[in-house]
Amino acid sequence: MNRGLNEQPLEPMQPVRALAQAQRAKVLEATARLRELPGALLPVLHAVQDALGYIPPDAVPLIAAELNLSRAEVHGVISFYHYFRSAPPGRHVLQICRAEACQAVGAVALEKHARDRLGIGFHQTTADGRFTLEPVYCLGNCACGPSLMVDQELHARVNAQEFDTLLEALP
Amino acid sequence: MNLRLFLSRDATALALGAEDTARAVFTMAKRRRATVELVRTGSRGLFWLEPLLEVQTEQGRIAYGPVFPEDVPGLFKAGLAHGGQHPLLLGPTDQIPYLKKQERLTFARVGVTDPLSLDDYLAHEGYRGLHKALEMSPADIVRSVTDSGLRGRGGAAFPAGIKWKTVLDTAAPRKYVVCNADEGDSGTFSDRMLMEGDPFLLIEGMTIAGLAAGADRGYIYLRCEYPHAHRTLTEAIATAYARGYLGKDLLGSRRNFDLEVRLGAGAYICGEETSLLESLEGRRGQVRFRPPLPAVKGLFGMPTVINNVITLASVPVILDRGAEFYRDYGMGRSRGTLPFQLAGNIRHGGLVERAFGLTLRELLYDYGGGSLSGRPIRAVQVGGPLGAYVPASRFDTPLDYEAFAGIGAMLGHGGVVAFDNTVDMAAQARFAMEFCAHESCGKCTPCRIGSTRGVEVIDRLLAGHEPDRQEALLRDLCETLTHGSLCALGGLTPAPVLSALNHFPEDFRSPSRVKAYGP
Repeated sequence: MNRGLNEQPLEPMQPVRALAQAQRAKVLEATARLRELPGALLPVLHAVQDALGYIPPDAVPLIAAELNLSRAEVHGVISFYHYFRSAPPGRHVLQICRAEACQAVGAVALEKHARDRLGIGFHQTTADGRFTLEPVYCLGNCACGPSLMVDQELHARVNAQEFDTLLEALP
Repeated sequence: MNLRLFLSRDATALALGAEDTARAVFTMAKRRRATVELVRTGSRGLFWLEPLLEVQTEQGRIAYGPVFPEDVPGLFKAGLAHGGQHPLLLGPTDQIPYLKKQERLTFARVGVTDPLSLDDYLAHEGYRGLHKALEMSPADIVRSVTDSGLRGRGGAAFPAGIKWKTVLDTAAPRKYVVCNADEGDSGTFSDRMLMEGDPFLLIEGMTIAGLAAGADRGYIYLRCEYPHAHRTLTEAIATAYARGYLGKDLLGSRRNFDLEVRLGAGAYICGEETSLLESLEGRRGQVRFRPPLPAVKGLFGMPTVINNVITLASVPVILDRGAEFYRDYGMGRSRGTLPFQLAGNIRHGGLVERAFGLTLRELLYDYGGGSLSGRPIRAVQVGGPLGAYVPASRFDTPLDYEAFAGIGAMLGHGGVVAFDNTVDMAAQARFAMEFCAHESCGKCTPCRIGSTRGVEVIDRLLAGHEPDRQEALLRDLCETLTHGSLCALGGLTPAPVLSALNHFPEDFRSPSRVKAYGP
């Protein structure tokens, strides 16, 4: 019942390992392009996540060094924001809106259906690596909920049946 | 046959299938060898009619909706070009009662023009406010905004002119304009609609704010849940730069204004202005102590005008038509218009821009048409997740900042979320605490710890463990949150919790309704 509260346990900082060469290049591309911006950390983290799908814990020391920040500062920012992820997502990210306007038209039932159907909870990825399930608090589609974002595509009035249809159409 | 058609590419319209409708239109046009120009607009905000297809006729624009791909062949057969008879025909768009009864000042162009066409914007009275502002002294611009009575539309309703004056009067080597586009409140989408439907209006409003406050750099802090708005804003800003409406020497005035979009990262708290500034500076979005106010010491320690999207987008019309024009709308100390957003379990959900003063009942029934499910509306949450739940007995309250404060509620950003009589208000109260726990920035103890304890107390109350004691404890905890929190997240979470408890006590004690939220 308290799952909502325990969704994000505190994660200790991970020990540093070498970052794969290709990932390292992407991270350096992002820091080189954006480091001069005032308050560059969020734009850099967005760029890294856009390029790699997540922010590898091993990229933290590199980002910190390039932006002249401490590892703790970078880790602290990554762990503060719900959007940033430290593990690779599945092929498709499903974001289900849990907020009030969607609750008023059946979001709680949709959420339960999604968990049952996929056999996973929030912040988890299916064993076959196809889907990652994430909660989201409002997609701005509040007149036509329940709302579901599949990767970058928004869907309106999603019920259990519609959810299954959408999933079947995805590779 | 030459056809000029209009179809929205607003995120909700797309979510309802507008792209499929567009493809069907082109397929049909090809088959009938018709030349079709399909203008992609913002949304009129009549979401139960989206995808709304409009056609330009000699009598003006005629609407059909909702138009799905399978309806398109029939529409062509019915003589779409002349507004021919069809079951989906809605008549002249601006005569649809939902639209006709509105007072669209800020949303005048949304759904009408091509959002990315600067020429369209200029042809529809765009940039007239900026031209006036360029002729005025900063103090005169600020006076206009003050005289208009415009108050912050993000929720706090602080007079915009006073904020601007503080920034203008504070000497500093650099000043900033920041637009708060972190529209995280459930039930609100007016910022999104405006940014997707009329981005140049926001750019113009921010440029005017820059002139007024003596700031030459602006940021739009946009939530990352709005990818469509991000694309539209980015493209519109590039166009404005290319045409001399942004950058150095604005329109030959020797004034500069640079503008950039920055993305948030899924933290509700970053809608709180000091937390937003921390985030823009590249840090955890933790709330700052006040004073100093952001108007004195804001972004990077410099005086900063920070306003919501709708506040800034209301400025051009005030400069263009004059402060009196704007002030003449509204009631009491709530001047001008507010774009209300009808959401949740409502038949006719959408955007209703009206002067302050109409009642919640008019909004829910005259516009909204009652609940989507057809059941009675039992509760309405106004003003987002920190807003109170209003019971049916208070539906005749006028939508006005002070009147709502008078019933222990708030208008906030104008979001109205309806719930029918299947709602479990105890679950809603629990969710409010859970949400606060999830989104707390962690800086102050009442919010960080109190919200988690709040969920536990509600669980014990619902489980029937010494319910009187738990209720007393919950009320006491809410008192601590209200008075001891650093910002509105902890400070206002008690509003939905206590309004649910006070207006719907039966849901907290009746065994049949005692069920906790979630699986």
